[in-house]
Amino acid sequence: MSRAAITDLYRIDDLLEPEERAARDAVAQFVDREYLPIVGKHFRNGTFPMEVVPRVAELGIFGAPLKGYGCAGMSNTMYALALQELERGDSGLRSFASVQSSLCMWPIYTFGSDEQKERWLPGMARGKLIGCFGLTEPDYGSDPGGMLTRARRDGDSYVLNGSKMWITNGSIADVAVVWAKVDDEGPQSIRGFLVEKGMPGFVASEIHGKFSLRASFTSELSFADVRVPAKNMLPGVQGLKGPLSCLNNARMGISFAVMGAAVACFEGARDYALTRKAFGRPIAGFQLTQEKLADMLQEIVKGQLLALRLARLKDLHGKVDPAQVSLCKRNNVKVALDIARVARSIYGANGVTDEYPPIRHALNLESVYTYEGTHEVHTLIVGKAITGLDAFGG
Amino acid sequence: MKILVTAKRVEDPESKIKVDAAGKGIVKDGLKYKINPFDEIAVEEALRLAAKHPGDVVAVSIGGKEVHEQLRHALAMGATKAVWVNHEGPLDQMGVARLLQKIVEKEKPDLVILGKQSIDDDQNQVGQYLAEWLGWGQATFASKADSLDSENEKNKVPGVIVGDGAKTVDVIREVDGGLNRLRLTLPAVVTTDLRLNQPRYASLPGIMKAKSKPLEEQTAQGLGVDVAPKITVTKLSMPPARKAGIKVPDVATLVTKLKTEAKVV
Ligand SMILES: Cc1cc2nc3c(=O)[nH]c(=O)nc-3n(C[C@H](O)[C@H](O)[C@H](O)COP(=O)(O)OP(=O)(O)OC[C@H]3O[C@@H](n4cnc5c(N)ncnc54)[C@H](O)[C@@H]3O)c2cc1C
Ligand SMILES: Cc1cc2nc3c(=O)[nH]c(=O)nc-3n(C[C@H](O)[C@H](O)[C@H](O)COP(=O)(O)OP(=O)(O)OC[C@H]3O[C@@H](n4cnc5c(N)ncnc54)[C@H](O)[C@@H]3O)c2cc1C
Repeated sequence: MSRAAITDLYRIDDLLEPEERAARDAVAQFVDREYLPIVGKHFRNGTFPMEVVPRVAELGIFGAPLKGYGCAGMSNTMYALALQELERGDSGLRSFASVQSSLCMWPIYTFGSDEQKERWLPGMARGKLIGCFGLTEPDYGSDPGGMLTRARRDGDSYVLNGSKMWITNGSIADVAVVWAKVDDEGPQSIRGFLVEKGMPGFVASEIHGKFSLRASFTSELSFADVRVPAKNMLPGVQGLKGPLSCLNNARMGISFAVMGAAVACFEGARDYALTRKAFGRPIAGFQLTQEKLADMLQEIVKGQLLALRLARLKDLHGKVDPAQVSLCKRNNVKVALDIARVARSIYGANGVTDEYPPIRHALNLESVYTYEGTHEVHTLIVGKAITGLDAFGG
Repeated sequence: MKILVTAKRVEDPESKIKVDAAGKGIVKDGLKYKINPFDEIAVEEALRLAAKHPGDVVAVSIGGKEVHEQLRHALAMGATKAVWVNHEGPLDQMGVARLLQKIVEKEKPDLVILGKQSIDDDQNQVGQYLAEWLGWGQATFASKADSLDSENEKNKVPGVIVGDGAKTVDVIREVDGGLNRLRLTLPAVVTTDLRLNQPRYASLPGIMKAKSKPLEEQTAQGLGVDVAPKITVTKLSMPPARKAGIKVPDVATLVTKLKTEAKVV
């Protein structure tokens, strides 16, 4: 791995355990050798490279923080470092891994029955089975408590009706963790259901026209009288805290991961600026370019330290406070997006093409800015923690 | 089948190497290190053989405590045990081979696989000394007939083939214009070339497991080996910097320059 020494100006490497560095370097090697050479083509074509899924599984990334069921049982820090490397390649594969691990395997592991765990987790760890997470609806994104999807009890089944929108991996998933209100009760009646591919009335269709996360499948799920056996309901959780705890879990990884995109943009822009000449000298020699690069590095150092602290807190206490996660997601995704945009500018006209990575990362990060809680929603979570006042309603 | 492999710590080939002020060593500050790539191929080959012919894969590295990183890497890939020869200070190829000889005599493997050379000193000697002093057969520069894109490679089929009853191994060597096949009576020494295999990644669960695998410490003194070097480095120098190329306006100028300046036509 050829990390420029300057990227780790603050020797954050020294804060990592030897096995954490080893894990990061193994994933980095995979990304350099097998993912970066193909991802540009997939982004251009709007496809996801299914062929890398078994390789990511071999590396042991899916469900890595879980214990048993063929999962690695590693620290959250190690897992987050792995995600950072995937995102340095492209957010598409990192999103795949986050959804598979944190949004699908984690709730089955945490809230599922023994039978559900045995049925899904080993296959998902091996990448043989793919999962997705259905919370967002066409009319309810930031405010999932308003969801319209309903599950009606009928004998020993539930009958699902409704639709879910913007679902990563939806059209390739073998199982969807779908959140629905049972009958017409309020948000406290929300339950999670394992809806299986091929169940009559369940259709997943791909969403086209995305300018972001093009190397990832995003789908709409629709449910028309889908009969789901009651044993497919997650027994261990009820209410909004089900989906929200999944998200809290995934956001920790995402906050760390986006620094990978930032590093890719910074290192690329630095190399480009050193070789590209204008007015007879490398553009890296101009004060304005140096200010851009200095700002990028400064935010990378801060963001990585913040993310590392968050992951360590989670390893220490087993969980993190939502405000801690929100502050990190809010900061890191925003700075990564800014870094990608500024890196893009350093490439001049070359930067608007997909020959160079910054515009791809910048476009991807627009989604990351919006999903897993929009930037604004995280502001409100931090704001509420500071003031004790809930500003969600206005 | 028990196999012993080496896991030398070398400078990452992608780091920028600078000669130090004294001109006898390199500037270590800020350098990254990794397992010698030829040794990594040796570990991979041993693991593939062990998958078919079960037995221990023992990885050996010589150096200060920092070589634990390379030993852990071999263990994370799947080796079962590590031997660390704790040694600070200079060491020449004969010293390395003497130490390995002692470890081999203790561990009694059926096969020793080493890199054909380490990418820092580029000497290509250790495997040969070792085979000679053990009195074992050797096959250097092991390669294979399949390409690195073949199905066999994807299925991790070993290039070194163990004979019936595990009494011999067949090794393919790339030589000018063809392949040279050797059959060695075991125990034997094999050194790896670049195209023998594509090493696996250390998986994250493998890295976790490696933490609890045995790592045994030895010293030159404990092994009774005199490692005083017979060879010393007297001077290191950087290759001359490449001069920038020039652009010529047309073919005629090019031909003239090739004749008068480069004198190649
Ligand atoms: C590529 C991609 C993949 C996705 N994958 C998944 C997935 O796998 N599963 C899943 O369930 N969802 C997924 N999503 C959906 C994502 O989580 C939602 O888009 C997100 O929650 C925002 O919801 P929305 O799009 O409906 O925006 P809205 O909720 O309509 O928000 C629109 C704007 O209003 C702002 N806003 C909303 N409320 C407030 C307020 N109180 N104060 C101030 N501003 C406010 C928002 O911040 C935003 O800027 C994905 C989205 C994308 C783009
Ligand atoms: C879609 C598109 C359409 C275009 N159409 C046309 C067209 O019709 N006709 C045409 O002639 N051109 C066209 N252009 C080219 C455009 O004008 C150039 O891209 C622009 O002038 C920048 O030049 P460059 O791309 O070579 O970047 P560079 O000059 O290489 O600049 C790279 C970076 O260095 C910075 N930089 C350069 N010099 C300095 C300095 N002294 N101090 C600080 N920073 C510096 C720049 O601001 C930039 O961030 C088009 C470009 C695009 C993207």
